[in-house]
Amino acid sequence: MQVIKPTGEYVEEIEPDISKDELRKLYKLMVLLRNLDIRGLQLQRQGRIGFFIGSLGQEACQIGSAYALKPEDWIFPAYREIGVALLRGITLKQVMNQYFANAEDLEKGRQLTNLYGARSVNFVTGSAPIATQLPHAVGAALAAKIRGDPIVTLVYFGEGATSENDFHAGMNFAGVFKTPTIFFCQNNHWAISVPVEKQTGAETIAIKAKAYGFEGVRVDGNDILAVYRTTKQAVEKARNGGGPTLIEAVTYRMGPHSSSDDPKRYIAEQELEEWQKRDPITRFRRYLEKKRIWSESDEKKTQEGTNQEIDEAIAYAEKVPRPALETLFTDVYAEMPWHLEEQLRELQQEKGREE
Amino acid sequence: MRRNDKIVLLGEDVGVNGGVFRATEGLYKEFGSNRVIDTPLAESGIVGISIGMALYGLKPVPEIQFLDFIYPAFDQIQSELAKFRYRSGGQYTVPVVIRTPYGGGIRGSHYHSQSTEAFFVHTPGLKVVIPATPYDTKGLLTSALRDPDPVMFLEPKKIYRTVRGEVPDEDYTIPIGKANIAREGEDVTVFAYGAMFHVAMEAAELAASKGINVEIVDIRTLMPFDIETVMSSVKKTGRVVIVHEACKTCGFGAEIAAQIAERALLQLEAPIIRVAGFDVPFPYVLEDEYLPNANRVLSAIEKVHNF
Repeated sequence: MQVIKPTGEYVEEIEPDISKDELRKLYKLMVLLRNLDIRGLQLQRQGRIGFFIGSLGQEACQIGSAYALKPEDWIFPAYREIGVALLRGITLKQVMNQYFANAEDLEKGRQLTNLYGARSVNFVTGSAPIATQLPHAVGAALAAKIRGDPIVTLVYFGEGATSENDFHAGMNFAGVFKTPTIFFCQNNHWAISVPVEKQTGAETIAIKAKAYGFEGVRVDGNDILAVYRTTKQAVEKARNGGGPTLIEAVTYRMGPHSSSDDPKRYIAEQELEEWQKRDPITRFRRYLEKKRIWSESDEKKTQEGTNQEIDEAIAYAEKVPRPALETLFTDVYAEMPWHLEEQLRELQQEKGREE
Repeated sequence: MRRNDKIVLLGEDVGVNGGVFRATEGLYKEFGSNRVIDTPLAESGIVGISIGMALYGLKPVPEIQFLDFIYPAFDQIQSELAKFRYRSGGQYTVPVVIRTPYGGGIRGSHYHSQSTEAFFVHTPGLKVVIPATPYDTKGLLTSALRDPDPVMFLEPKKIYRTVRGEVPDEDYTIPIGKANIAREGEDVTVFAYGAMFHVAMEAAELAASKGINVEIVDIRTLMPFDIETVMSSVKKTGRVVIVHEACKTCGFGAEIAAQIAERALLQLEAPIIRVAGFDVPFPYVLEDEYLPNANRVLSAIEKVHNF
């Protein structure tokens, strides 16, 4: 499934109905996300933040899919979906508070960069274990179904996750209970250094859905409009009681897995160059230019504007102090039990002695 | 479930069949398939789905048919259930109550007998509750259902059929985190929980006939455990025996012993003795030799008494 060709040519019959302003907004968000990724990795390399994991090359997957949802729908991210949180209204300042793991971070500085969650926008806090979020998305959808709420849940994961137990558990429960769940697989071809051919002997990821009793579809993950259109169809089907869908968005990880690895060790330069020609942002820009709703000056303004916004957010977040000492012990339980109170007191005394 | 329509039961065989130990008997008929859900045979799915339901605001009570089969769900319990509140900065809570039969005494061999409660006590974010009597089971389960945190509710399967007791119809709770001094005595304290509580009580009777007055403390909640009751009993008797059927090494007894040693070494009149399962996989035909019995507990009581 493809709407925009790499050249920017498009198939008019399946072009989704999105206003010019909205198209421009989506493009700007993709650019923001790209620049955020570049700066994020730099911050890590400069030793200003501890870790970084980005989504270089996967911008169309994230923005296109999340745009097909309503605000009341629930999203279960893996750990590359910060663009989705931005689309849902989380500010750059909030994102940067999380990067710097400071006292204003919603997660109180407890998680690695981009393992983010914001209850206010139904973006459920992610974790590092792979595929564990799939059953959660199914459980929340089942709960909504039991309560009669017309919402859907969408869960993100990579092709590596399809090898995990919880991929099977989540897909199987969704098939049995016909939950309104969208399984959104970003097949970016690489699970750290292991290529997709070593994850599965199946011809595609999408065909796996058949064994669970529901539909699996494949979409060009570097084409934001194709991703949007495909997700929208799956969302409508789920909302109307048609059950789950597995979407395989075929994309490419154009950066490292995280700040802790060097893809030059395992990815051929030529392969990366091939995919760079299919860059989702360039492609969407060509489309907008063909439709005459984007110009060179728009581009310049957006590049400069997003970088400035990022700089401002960094300048702010870097100055916010670390989370308070007691946050080491809070939120383990609703109320702090005696042994944690005791350990907190011991630590406070120890700190007092140091000072 | 009549009082709180958010409570949902789910697990293998919990619906039409009423659970393999009949713990959910009649509930499917009364509450229907939306609230008493027979699931596929997949423990990580059962716990993972429960977490999703709890995130959405329901109160799921999954049953894992035997504690021995919980390991496919270990990732969900360790990495997700226990950490949601903390890692989200308190934004999300997942107050799931996992019920699971545990322990030996039913001729079940390795895979229907183990006591691995220590794994869960060793996981910050979980509460761990083990009732020993029918009365306590209702009171503690009611507390667990009203608790804002995830609770591992381990039911000693030997006593499903061997222990009888009055259970009032009316609503009552037994607070999580409170031990029970089930028998008062001055000479020796025995700490026990689950099925071993009854073994300890039997040993106390035997000891009484020899003139040793034993205090029995049913721990009831392992996390967070009742340090006040434990320490006040230690200070009273100065002699301690700890009984559990889990393997001795790194079992919960080690934690009680360490806490006592840190706080009251000079009040002890004798070394602390643990009577526990051996550090072997749970046996089949030699089960009676593996499990602590009243005579082994009595020997330990005599040893600390005569030290």
